[in-house]
Amino acid sequence: MEFPSKLIEEAVEQFSQFPGIGKKTALRLVLYLLKQEKEQTTSFTEALNNLRQKIRYCVECHNISDTEVCSICTSHRRDRSLICVVEDIHDVLAIENTSQYNGLYHVLGGIISPMNGVGPDELNIQTLVDRIAGKDGEVQEVILALSATMEGDTTSFYITRKVSDKGVKVSTIARGIPFGGELEYTDEITLGRSILTRVNYDLPAS
Amino acid sequence: MYLSNLHLESFRNYQSLAINCSRGINCFVGKNGSGKTNLLDAIHYLSMTKGSLNSVDSQNIRKGDPLFFIKGEWKAAKKGAGKGEQVQVAFQPGQKKLIKVNQKEYEKLADHIGRFPVVLIAPNDTDLIREGSEGRRKFFDSIISQLDASYLENLMVYHHYLKQRNSLMKQYGETRRLDKTLLAVYDEHLMKSGQLIFDSRRGFTEKFEALFSPRYQWLSGGAEQTKVVYVSELSDASWKENFKKAIDKDMALQRTTFGIHRDDFEFLLEEEPVKKFGSQGQQKSFVIALKLAQFDITSQVKGFAPILLLDDIFDKLDDDRIKKLMELVGEDDFGQLFVTDARPERTMTLFKGLKKDKKLFKVEEGKVEEIEF
Ligand SMILES: Nc1ncnc2c1ncn2[C@@H]1O[C@H](COP(=O)(O)OP(=O)(O)OP(=O)(O)O)[C@@H](O)[C@H]1O
Ligand SMILES: [Mg+2]
Ligand SMILES: [Zn+2]
Repeated sequence: MEFPSKLIEEAVEQFSQFPGIGKKTALRLVLYLLKQEKEQTTSFTEALNNLRQKIRYCVECHNISDTEVCSICTSHRRDRSLICVVEDIHDVLAIENTSQYNGLYHVLGGIISPMNGVGPDELNIQTLVDRIAGKDGEVQEVILALSATMEGDTTSFYITRKVSDKGVKVSTIARGIPFGGELEYTDEITLGRSILTRVNYDLPAS
Repeated sequence: MYLSNLHLESFRNYQSLAINCSRGINCFVGKNGSGKTNLLDAIHYLSMTKGSLNSVDSQNIRKGDPLFFIKGEWKAAKKGAGKGEQVQVAFQPGQKKLIKVNQKEYEKLADHIGRFPVVLIAPNDTDLIREGSEGRRKFFDSIISQLDASYLENLMVYHHYLKQRNSLMKQYGETRRLDKTLLAVYDEHLMKSGQLIFDSRRGFTEKFEALFSPRYQWLSGGAEQTKVVYVSELSDASWKENFKKAIDKDMALQRTTFGIHRDDFEFLLEEEPVKKFGSQGQQKSFVIALKLAQFDITSQVKGFAPILLLDDIFDKLDDDRIKKLMELVGEDDFGQLFVTDARPERTMTLFKGLKKDKKLFKVEEGKVEEIEF
């Protein structure tokens, strides 16, 4: 695409970096912005700047947070004996939307896959183990809500081994639900039910 | 079931082609390089979701064209017994390969394998005997997968975890650090799927052998004893200990050095390896008998004969063995045959006398024309 303006070209370049946005859509968005009041663009860029500079991750569960410890982790109404382990923040949002879960979370930040350069050290696994060990038996159950893929299996299996001597129950939510990014599209009733009817996680027998 | 028509767009040297096939015998004759093998390859694609010649899909697109498309229609062998099934394969670079049956896409490509079985006999088949173990594993894996979907599943799981474990070993080579817990997780996965694959391969080899020996003797007209021996590190009762002991070697070599990915199948003739002691003729008979045993076992399990594709094999065989093959093709319950030959007269002479439905096609630079026998 040829642009009559270098400024437009730069803006299009920026917009088209987003997933699912091609050059044509980017141009449409840029031209739209130009048609609006100047103030709108200012508040738009301010919001983005704030987001980027002020966003924090909860030091306990690694969920996105405005404060050092997130509102879920500090809430007195949550059941502190339950920790639900998920791949990323999308999954927290999806499970929260079901209103069926009242425990805490732990966001791994990905899934184990050495061939993609992701080992346990790249993920928030050690902090999970520390969290369980450090709370004097407060945590009683770890619920694994990871994707039903071979990597999800590996990660569940790995975590189960890591916490096996910590005296916690390990369970997993019912399968057949697409997880990992897609979890947000799963209907809330199904997801809610699968959390309530979770089953014991058994280490695969060798 | 038989393939009643074939339609190609931009596949290898074909721009656009549509032919109606005979339910019995189909002969493609034409000069070297005219496109005979490409036609068999298109049928192979419909059956196996990939070509037998070039495993890179994009290189099967006719040069300069944007995509290829193959369509074939299977019809029930008995008139009125069930509807036809339309199979379609399309590929465009940068996109997922599309396989559809009756306009419906698969969730997993693997679900297609085994529904429309073919057996291909090609000139370079003796590589199976002469080359390394990988070709032999592929040969048997491909047959078992077509007969048992869970086998293919286990195989994919195994190779996925193997790749992960090998990556872990490579990282160890770079960082000198190894997560023992993660290693143990992959070991468990590999031992579990490895055991299942071992059991299937061992069980299959036995059944296969029972069909193979008589086929070899029938084809060679002799009474030589043949054997197909499945060789696996998992045959040892204490294989799991051996697997775990191999870890030092694995770490040194930065890959997994123990397991079913190293299995082999030994081909013996009178107790000696055919690879070393078999004459050229014996090797040819051996490899064709292997393919015919594949044909037999597939017929047995599926309850109908797979399509047989014979690529250019008359040049390589003596008259006695050609006669045997014609005998097989002439049997009543033999299914459908596609055969290629660069010498039209030979093929015409061979098939003229056969009382079967048949068609002869002349292939010329990517064009196909039906001609009189
Ligand atoms: N992607 C492609 N685009 C165009 N032409 C191709 C492509 N791939 C292969 N070909 C051509 O197809 C021809 C080979 O066709 P094929 O192997 O079917 O010949 P054949 O009739 O079997 O010959 P032979 O008798 O020697 O075995 C070659 O000329 C090759 O250049
Ligand atoms: Mg050829
Ligand atoms: Zn938190």
